[in-house]
Amino acid sequence: MRILLRFSILFILTLLVLVVLSFALIYLFPGDVLNNLTGISAQSEAHRDMLVEKHRLDEAYFFQFTHYVSELFSGNWGQSFVSGLPLKEEIGRALPATIELAFYAMFIAVVIGIPVGCYAGLKSYTPVDYSINSLSMVGYSFPVFWLALLFILMFSLELNIAPLSGRISLLFDIPHRTGFILIDILLAKDIDTSLAMRDAFRHLLLPTLAISVISTASMIRMVRRSVIDVLNRPYITAARSRGLSRWQIFSRHILRNALLPVLPLMAIQITTLITNAMIVETLFSWPGIGNWLIQAIYQRDFPALRVGMLAVASLVITLTITIDLFNRLIDPSRDKYERGTI
Amino acid sequence: MTRIATVLICLASIITLGACSKKNTDTFYQSGILYCSESAPVNFNPQLDTSATTSDATAHQLYDRLLDFDAETGRIVPSLASSWRVSDDGLTYTFQLRKDVAFHTTEYFTPNRTFNADDVLFSINRWRQPSHPFHDVSGGRYPYFESLGIADNVAAVNRVNGYRVEIQLKERDSSFLANLATDFSVMLSKEYADHLMAQGDPERIDHYPIGTGPYKFESYRKDHYIRYRAHDAYWQNATSSQRLIFDITPKSSLRLAKLMTGECDAIAFPAQTELDIIRNRPDLELAEKPGLNVGFWAFNTQRPPFDNPDVRKALAHAIDKNTLLEAVYFDSASRAKSLLPVASWAYQNDAEDTAYNPVLAERLLRDAGIEPGFTMTIWAMPIERSYNPNAAKMAELIQRYLGDVGINVNIVTYDWTTFRRHLREGLHDSVLIGWSADNGDPDNFYRPLLSCGAIPSGTNRAMWCNDRYDALLNQALETEDLAKRKAIYVQVNALLNRELPIVPIAHAYRYQAYRKELKGMQINPYGSIRFGGVTKQL
Repeated sequence: MRILLRFSILFILTLLVLVVLSFALIYLFPGDVLNNLTGISAQSEAHRDMLVEKHRLDEAYFFQFTHYVSELFSGNWGQSFVSGLPLKEEIGRALPATIELAFYAMFIAVVIGIPVGCYAGLKSYTPVDYSINSLSMVGYSFPVFWLALLFILMFSLELNIAPLSGRISLLFDIPHRTGFILIDILLAKDIDTSLAMRDAFRHLLLPTLAISVISTASMIRMVRRSVIDVLNRPYITAARSRGLSRWQIFSRHILRNALLPVLPLMAIQITTLITNAMIVETLFSWPGIGNWLIQAIYQRDFPALRVGMLAVASLVITLTITIDLFNRLIDPSRDKYERGTI
Repeated sequence: MTRIATVLICLASIITLGACSKKNTDTFYQSGILYCSESAPVNFNPQLDTSATTSDATAHQLYDRLLDFDAETGRIVPSLASSWRVSDDGLTYTFQLRKDVAFHTTEYFTPNRTFNADDVLFSINRWRQPSHPFHDVSGGRYPYFESLGIADNVAAVNRVNGYRVEIQLKERDSSFLANLATDFSVMLSKEYADHLMAQGDPERIDHYPIGTGPYKFESYRKDHYIRYRAHDAYWQNATSSQRLIFDITPKSSLRLAKLMTGECDAIAFPAQTELDIIRNRPDLELAEKPGLNVGFWAFNTQRPPFDNPDVRKALAHAIDKNTLLEAVYFDSASRAKSLLPVASWAYQNDAEDTAYNPVLAERLLRDAGIEPGFTMTIWAMPIERSYNPNAAKMAELIQRYLGDVGINVNIVTYDWTTFRRHLREGLHDSVLIGWSADNGDPDNFYRPLLSCGAIPSGTNRAMWCNDRYDALLNQALETEDLAKRKAIYVQVNALLNRELPIVPIAHAYRYQAYRKELKGMQINPYGSIRFGGVTKQL
């Protein structure tokens, strides 16, 4: 219970700092404060006065801030300078696309990274281990934008295996429901589901691969290190002396104990993962939050930048703290007195 | 929870993936055309905007005009008007309208009648009469009709009967029929307008369009895509694709990449540097035609010292146009002597041109009292257009040339909307910009670019107003005799060469790149792209 309390306090305080920062941006961005907050250019003096009063910009900073927070919670995030659409709707479309991409990349990293990492750890200091280790080192060292460009050049432009932009061919008219393309396809009516699925997978292929190469490589290295650590523990020797089979030792003792320290490391990886996803999006014209933020920067869309950064930061913090908390709950033995960290 | 969902989705898709056959796939992918356009249209009514983006997206997809240009010959051919007659005094035009022309039936509107004279009256009166209920809807500016002065020249539009319309002019205008055939003279539905007015939402007419064209509007997401569907009851007997999708892709290199992978079937504005790549690919087609456009350098003649013709002449002699053609257009353009390109019937072969002569330029400058160290601005437009694919580079080259004659140049640029606003306000010393004509008539070059009436409508970048020039242009419109008109335009060219409010630089070729699978693609030198009658065969 105390852990829960401590984590929620940490969570709320961090969010508060973020909201204060994003509020400060209204004043720090160049240009008109009202404009930066709402994204609406006042048509006339009267209209301007009305807007100033509505957003309480004539009151003290503290009241402005409390009003700002209440607006954030009620979903009035202002509108984009450029498109004039409500930011909540724009982010509601862009953020799921990024989460989807990051999620599949993570999925690949887990599915490939854990078995390969375990295998390398069990065979530690053999030629197999060395080759896996150096390969993962190579994968880990690729800059993600370069890898993505290389994929585009090879697989899209030369071999023409996979498309290079977007989430699905525009010929498919998939209505926006959840924002996750594969789920939306299943929910859509009047389309050839299998064809749409195949098209969406082809679009997913390259961006997911580009991100997951790095995540998988670091996953392999983390799991391998952890398995080697566990192998040298006395209880493994004890288990062996009790005559347990290799498989029993692996599944009962090694795997469980090796994965525990990997979990908090994964939490740190999420930040990298989302950053990579945002970089890769711009290269593959993936309509996610990274691409959207870059457009906002080009067009000096200050309201969009402010809310977009707040949304991304909140997402990362929520994920990190949740995984950390989860990890603390399943492994109560670990450092009882250690404070929650980000 | 999400993880379980993903596993389920993966399973479901693995099962379904097996069920696809090649034939099904092909039928689906050839059911629609994907066109990668360069930016988002301002709205869906070309009457309201002269930018190529808006008319590409709407003019020939959603709408029809009374008349059309034949893409091959440039002659005026019937469209919604099946025939027409001009009175002997050249002031009265009578149009016989086609019957049984259906308007689009969409989710937001179901028409109860076909096209008739009321629609013609509505469409023309909307831009003609400031008192018209729809005139001020969506801003109330009709730049094309304003800059050419057509709105003022129409005396009356009368309904003779349900399928016959009579238009009376105040003065003779031999380019009037050509103007009715441009991208901007589209026919809207009066029934739809009345319906919207009754609902109290007239603005929708320009955002949820209804027309008679080969495609009807389905949906639009700003800066992402426009979806059109085939108009099954289209009056012209042309098989078009079932769907037409505009994929809005601002980056030219990305458009090309998508064309190569087949994510686009056709692309807008291939960059000059990319033309060779397209030519060398067997699966791509590059259509090329001399374009009806001119790229030029305009001086703000209302600002001293550019109000002095000698200064303008000196600057014109200081630059080498041939180098600009090589460096900026990569030889995909011809050198401009006057405003008119070779493709126009009024092109004057022996028009005078300014030669590169820095010594003369320097002498003229000193005589006009411009000392070395004088500083001026050159505004370079921020976007690429066929008439000027790289204004920034051209500005840098001109900066070097002017440096040789002792003039310092500051290059100025803004985003496109701000750029055009500041230009209209006249904040520039000089600007590198250009003009794409909407029809082959010479009046379409001379009048919008340099007449007095074009200053407030924002197409006269030189802010130049000359009574003799305007008088000559009006005189040219009073005769139907092409030889006489041509003789007048020779005088106009001589006047312009003396005054030099703008320095014409180049006429660029027009390019259109598309995949071989597209059948029936035709490049349209007279205006925007057409997808009616185009199909895809994989």
